[in-house]
Amino acid sequence: MLGLLGVVWQVLCSSPTASLPPPTKVLADTHELITQPFYDNGGNDKGLFWHLLASLKRVALGYTLAATMGIALGVLIGSSKWAMRALDPLFQVLRTIPPLAWLPLSLAAFRDGQPSAIFVIFITAIWPIIINTAVGIRNIPQDYRNVARVLRLNGAEFFTTIMLPAAAPYIFTGLRIGIGLSWLAIVAAEMLIGGVGIGFFIWDAWNSSLISDIILALVYVGVIGFLLDRVVAFAGKLIGRGTVNV
Amino acid sequence: MKGEYLKIEHVCKTFGRGEARSEVLRDISLEVARGEYIAIIGHSGCGKSTLLNIVAGLTEASSGYVFLEGREVAEPGPDRAVVFQNHSLLPWLTVYDNVKLAVDKVFAGRKTSPERHEWTLRNLELVHMTHALKKRPGEISGGMKQRVGIARALAMSPKVLLLDEPFGALDALTRAHLQEEVMKIHAELGNTVMMITHDVDEAVLLSDRIVMMTNGPAAHIGEIHRVELPRPRNRLELLADANYIAARGAVLEFLHKKSHYVEAA
Repeated sequence: MLGLLGVVWQVLCSSPTASLPPPTKVLADTHELITQPFYDNGGNDKGLFWHLLASLKRVALGYTLAATMGIALGVLIGSSKWAMRALDPLFQVLRTIPPLAWLPLSLAAFRDGQPSAIFVIFITAIWPIIINTAVGIRNIPQDYRNVARVLRLNGAEFFTTIMLPAAAPYIFTGLRIGIGLSWLAIVAAEMLIGGVGIGFFIWDAWNSSLISDIILALVYVGVIGFLLDRVVAFAGKLIGRGTVNV
Repeated sequence: MKGEYLKIEHVCKTFGRGEARSEVLRDISLEVARGEYIAIIGHSGCGKSTLLNIVAGLTEASSGYVFLEGREVAEPGPDRAVVFQNHSLLPWLTVYDNVKLAVDKVFAGRKTSPERHEWTLRNLELVHMTHALKKRPGEISGGMKQRVGIARALAMSPKVLLLDEPFGALDALTRAHLQEEVMKIHAELGNTVMMITHDVDEAVLLSDRIVMMTNGPAAHIGEIHRVELPRPRNRLELLADANYIAARGAVLEFLHKKSHYVEAA
C-alpha cells in the first residue's frame, strides 16, 4: 500500500512544472537531515533530533500538568453534583476554544514563548481528560459503591481502591485523546513562537522554500504522534490491570 | 428460639413523590433469632430485595426501624455483610485481594497482618477457592465468583449474613452444589442468615422459616412457614419426607394462589 502510494506520488510530481517534489527528490534533498539528526551549529540550526526533543519536552511538561489537574478536576465534577453544575457549563464553553486562540493571551500573560507554548499544550489536553474522568467516575457501578458502603471505606480508601481503578478505562481514553491533541497543538504553536522545535523547523523550511524538508518533518511528526498514542495506551493497559480494553 | 436478634419493625418504603409515588413495602415486621436461617420468597418485583437493602442499610426505610441486638441500624456496615446477586467482586483485584480488602478494613487494628492473611485464607478455604487465589474475577466461572462473594461476606464475621438471590444467576447443578456448601457453613459457624430467593426448593432446603411476601405494590408479609426438618438435611432423602412435601406445598400454594387473594383484598 505504502509502495503504491509512493509510485502514484512519484508519477504525479515528476513533471518539471509540479509544485511538490517527488519522493526520489525528497530523499535526495533530505539525505543530510536524515543521516545527521544530531548536528548542532548553534542557534536554531540544529539536527531534527534536537527539534523533536524540544517539542517533546514541551509536550511532556504541558501534558503532565494537564493530566494531573485534569484527573483532579474530573474526579471533583464526577463525584460532586454541585461542582458538576457549577463547572461543567464553563468547561463546555472553554473546551471549544481552538488551542491557538489561547496563544496570544498566554504570550501576553507570560511574556515569553516557552511557558506560552506549554500553557497551550496544557489548555488543549486538559478538557478531554477532565470530561472523560468525570464520566468514568459517574459511571462507577452502584454495586461497587455498595461494596464500599458495606465495608465502610473512607474517602481516601474509596478513591484508591474503587474510584481510580473503576474509572481507569475512561481516564485513559481521555489521556489518549489529550496526548494526540497536545501533539497537534505543539506543532502549530511552535510555528508561531519560533525557537527550537519541530513546528518552527517546518515553518523555517517553508520560508526557505525547502519543501522536501517539510515533507520529511511531517513524516517524523506523524510517526512520533503515533508512538505517543501507543505509549499512553500501553501505560493504560499496564495500570488498568485488566479493566482497560485497548 | 432465644429472643429476637434481628428485629424489623413496621418498615414501609415508598419511592418517588407526587404522581410517580409508588408504595413498595407496607408495614413489614419480622423477628429473627440468632443462628436462624430465614428465606424471604415472593414473586419478582415484590420488593424483597428492597427489604434486604433496608436491613443492609443500603436503602433507607420511609418509616419503621431495623434493630440488631437491640441497637437501631440506619447505615451499612460489615456487621450485616451482603452477598450480592451479581457477586460484585472488584474486577481489578485478585480473588485473594477481594477478600483481603474486606478483612483488612474490618479487622484493622484488631488482627495483626499475618492473622489477617490467615483469616483471608481460612474463609476462602471454607468455599474451596484456595486454588484460584491469584486469579481475577474475569478468569473464573460464575459459581466461583459467587463463592468468593460468600467468602468475602463471611470474612467480615457479620452478625447477620444477607444473601440477595445469591444463586439466581447460576445453572442448576452449580446452584445445588453451592446450596450444600452454604448449609455446611451454616452448620459449622451458626450464622444468622437472611436470604432472598424465588426458588421454592432452595427456600425449603436451606431455611428454618420461610417468609412469604405478597405481590407488590405495597407488598407485605403474607405468611410465615416454619420448616420442621432436622439438620443436616439431604436433598435426596427429603424428596420423600412428609414435612418437606408439606412445606413445599404450603409455599407453592401461597405463591400461586394466596398472594393474589391478598393483593385483591
